[in-house]
Amino acid sequence: MYKYFPHTESDIAEMLERIGVASLDDLYAEIPESIRFDKDYNLKKSMSEDEVRNYFKELGNLNHPLTVFAGGGAYDHYSPSVIGQLIARSEYLTAYTPYQPEISQGTLQYIFEFQSMMCELTGMECCNASMYDGATATAEAMLMAIAHAKKRNKVIISRTVSERVIAVVETYARFHGVTLDYIPENDGVTDKAAMEQMLEANDVAGVIVSTPNRYGIIEDFTGFAESTHAHKTLFIVNADPSAMAVLKTPGEWGADIACGDGQSLGMPLNFGGPYVGYLAASRDLVRKLPGRIVGATKDVDGKRAFVLTLQAREQHIRRQKANSNICSNQSLMALYVTIYMALMGKRGLQEVNEKSYAGAHYLCDKLLATGKFSLCFDKPFLKEFAVRTTLNRETLMKHLEEKGFLAGIPVEGTDDTILFCVTEKRTREEIDNLVSLIEQEG
Amino acid sequence: MSTVLDGLYYSESHEWLKVEGEFGYIGITDYAQHQLGSVVYVDLPEVDDELNQGEEFGAVESVKAASDLLSPISGTVVEINEALEDKPELLNEDAFNNWICKVTISDPEELKNLMDAEAYKAICE
Amino acid sequence: MKYYNKLIFEISKPGRVGYSLPQSDFGNYSLADLPQTLRRETPAELPEVSELDVVRHYTNVSNKNFGVETGFYPLGSCTMKYNPKINEEMAAMPAFTTLHPRQSEESVQGALRLYYELAQALAEISGLAEFTLNPFAGAHGELTGLMLMRQYHIKRGDLKRTKVIVPDSAHGTNPASAAVCGLEIVEVPSTPEGTIDVAKLEPLLDDTIAGIMMTNPNTLGIFEKEIPQIAKLVHGCGGLLYYDGANLNPLLGRCRPGDMGFDIMHINLHKTFSTPHGGGGPGSGPVGVAAALVDYLPRPRVVKHGDRYAVEGGADSLGSVSGFFGNFGVMMRAYAYILSLGKEQIKHVGELATLNANYVKESLKDCYYLPIEGICKHEFVFDGLLDKSTGVTTLDVAKRLLDYGYHAPTIYFPLLFHQSIMIEPTETESKETLDEFIEAMRTVAREAIDDPEMVKSAPHVTPVRRLDETTAAKNPILRFKDLNY
Repeated sequence: MYKYFPHTESDIAEMLERIGVASLDDLYAEIPESIRFDKDYNLKKSMSEDEVRNYFKELGNLNHPLTVFAGGGAYDHYSPSVIGQLIARSEYLTAYTPYQPEISQGTLQYIFEFQSMMCELTGMECCNASMYDGATATAEAMLMAIAHAKKRNKVIISRTVSERVIAVVETYARFHGVTLDYIPENDGVTDKAAMEQMLEANDVAGVIVSTPNRYGIIEDFTGFAESTHAHKTLFIVNADPSAMAVLKTPGEWGADIACGDGQSLGMPLNFGGPYVGYLAASRDLVRKLPGRIVGATKDVDGKRAFVLTLQAREQHIRRQKANSNICSNQSLMALYVTIYMALMGKRGLQEVNEKSYAGAHYLCDKLLATGKFSLCFDKPFLKEFAVRTTLNRETLMKHLEEKGFLAGIPVEGTDDTILFCVTEKRTREEIDNLVSLIEQEG
Repeated sequence: MSTVLDGLYYSESHEWLKVEGEFGYIGITDYAQHQLGSVVYVDLPEVDDELNQGEEFGAVESVKAASDLLSPISGTVVEINEALEDKPELLNEDAFNNWICKVTISDPEELKNLMDAEAYKAICE
Repeated sequence: MKYYNKLIFEISKPGRVGYSLPQSDFGNYSLADLPQTLRRETPAELPEVSELDVVRHYTNVSNKNFGVETGFYPLGSCTMKYNPKINEEMAAMPAFTTLHPRQSEESVQGALRLYYELAQALAEISGLAEFTLNPFAGAHGELTGLMLMRQYHIKRGDLKRTKVIVPDSAHGTNPASAAVCGLEIVEVPSTPEGTIDVAKLEPLLDDTIAGIMMTNPNTLGIFEKEIPQIAKLVHGCGGLLYYDGANLNPLLGRCRPGDMGFDIMHINLHKTFSTPHGGGGPGSGPVGVAAALVDYLPRPRVVKHGDRYAVEGGADSLGSVSGFFGNFGVMMRAYAYILSLGKEQIKHVGELATLNANYVKESLKDCYYLPIEGICKHEFVFDGLLDKSTGVTTLDVAKRLLDYGYHAPTIYFPLLFHQSIMIEPTETESKETLDEFIEAMRTVAREAIDDPEMVKSAPHVTPVRRLDETTAAKNPILRFKDLNY
């Protein structure tokens, strides 16, 4: 007897009788002796609810939550109380994929709202029901470009895209047989002239860039869409959706595909997941979009309703001919950011960016004023920026961690550069404390 | 019972080919549209695409199914039936009068690999 | 209750807000200082609503949904078991939810230990050497597993192994994952009994075969008892065996994939290990491997040195498949489940799930056509109603069940039959629940004879009725802006 198993002894006996076997063992009679498992698992003993709580508390005590001055793909934005409580509703939490639309209008409707809001933020015409994370969404954008181009097998990606994203794109490219080349960076941004040269051979299916980029720089994509489209190449922009409330959107830059991570839309850091990727596109690419897509329709009584649509693209119908193997989304996390966007609305997201911008520039100026830091690039940034330090980077970061600060992220491939991030959650007091601790460093 | 028209060439994957001089018109058969149900989208080839006999050149989708189009003949696409972009249901209404694309036939010898109406009727039964 | 049919955009009113942010005092920094060319030209038309507007809206919207806590889900291949509440409480602990994934190893020892211990527990349950928890979902686990398979051959310089064998009864994701991974699919047919035809498998095995993907029990709920022979044959030709863990639940306590000869597998934590499906995700698809493949696992890898936990790369790794450590929040729930059940209870999961499935099957086979007789495992497949003369299809039966307060079974899968109805009652359902479901299924079978038109037009009492899916696919309306009034 156990709390998750409702079977009594007599239930089991009656059920076995109906089946016509004598024991539970008989249900496994066909399994060859040689591969049966009849030992005890080498696992911990069953724990009561309080024992589970205490165990997690013990593990939790080994963690040190810090005041976060770091981004790099995971941002510490304000998360309204409402969201956690609404997404915990069992009607959302414990539902299956909405394959039965008559009893899944809740899920289908919020996905439709998610798609609508993501289109608004990114300036694109269609968006799917979400992807696993920003990195895999970018890899899927690459696969879309390959599928779209039919006879081209090369994608080029800017070196200024986050190394975390590039790592995943590289893995997908290698196994799928896509040739992945790199557009060099020039003073912290994508080298446009180099890109144009790489497009000359007319063999590139897609160009992938990002904004803000791996250094936090807001890239200027003026002329990128014209250059790529002149060679029938798709222009793909990985963009932070929170920042798109104030920055020029992928749609406004003329992108064919936008992708990225929705974590910046108020989701908890959660040690890296679950987050939510998004993949949006221009209308003519809708049938190349992978994953689930929700559309509006009517029921037999004429009532407005929503349904999974364009399913003929997907793996359960196309099998090996599908462009992607994805057969789920991060639905509940899509709901998370949908409620966030509803609460923050038009004004709130602008305010988040305004405050993050002010805090980041304030910190940056204070760091430069210590004389121990210099800006890596003189380029516009929003909430994240890269600085070089004359201090020993590893010692500095370790000391600050001991004082309770996650003081940026070391930039890979350098030994003196740190990427700092400030969101609207960071107060002036926290920034001043951080800077005064830095001033005390050797 | 599906309609099969005389005078056309047929493939085992249910495409038809109508030959007019050096040109060929390609479509899907009445049997194929019956099997698919309501057609919601036709993925058309592009003008100048090179088709090879037996190879995929597009797809026809219904709500819960997708079927690749396999070219009955090798050739170059000279025209596509753009009406299908907005009205894919034309394939349900009359599969034989709504061709999908027109090609220049590169090798008439390949016609030998296709069936006539009699032979095609037999495989639809 | 009144049917609620508004979109959030339709209750928006300019000037309303639903948030509060702290005042900031950073002086004269303004977004207006950014060059105009880098700034958004037109504002995003997001809703303007109050906090109560939002709460009431999403509460009303949720009422149009069905979940495990609403009612029984006999959904084959999906293992819709109860999602324990303590799991949710643990996953919400701030000591974990506030951790940044780029913090130092020193500051996240608890999180790394949880990751490591869960991976160890899964390895024990599976009979494999080591697990990565990075893949985000079952299909992502499949892709990662196939990448491991290829990496293994590539690292041995065996480059011609580019084909993977998939049974014709496989989940649609199997061939799709193989294609994304750059592998060619070779299908092996099933016998009339629904298992892999070993005689037809043998001739397919040569030095171009990277491996085989199987699920055992298969998608018909039948245990592939020839598995030792299949493993011997596939290993004999130099290939590897991949286990699709979608159907792992019935084997808990009875049989381990590693012992059957599988080299690689994925587990769906949202199936076997009780984490909620969340309307389609987030799930989690950990991938386990035999000792020979451990070095190829994706980055980052969590390892243990003495009593410290560390994050490593690994020179032979296949690369990264995720931005960070995967769906960590889902792992916390699964680990809470494993700790709760412990060694004493986990072993009962499989037999009780199997008991429930066979009970339902035996109770309904006089009105639904059972194409394959015999003991099934966690699920089984009917090929429609026994009486086919009424014209009532599997779709109609499924829709009528919605009226009776059940989620529909999985329908039209596997593709081996025309009218598949795939039923999987998990171990968390009581005999009473199953008896009521059996009665409902029998009632629908009777209605199909007495009043077929009523069944064909079902459902009748759901929030909405059958939808026009053809128009939805023909002229897709995918965002609020495109809705016409």
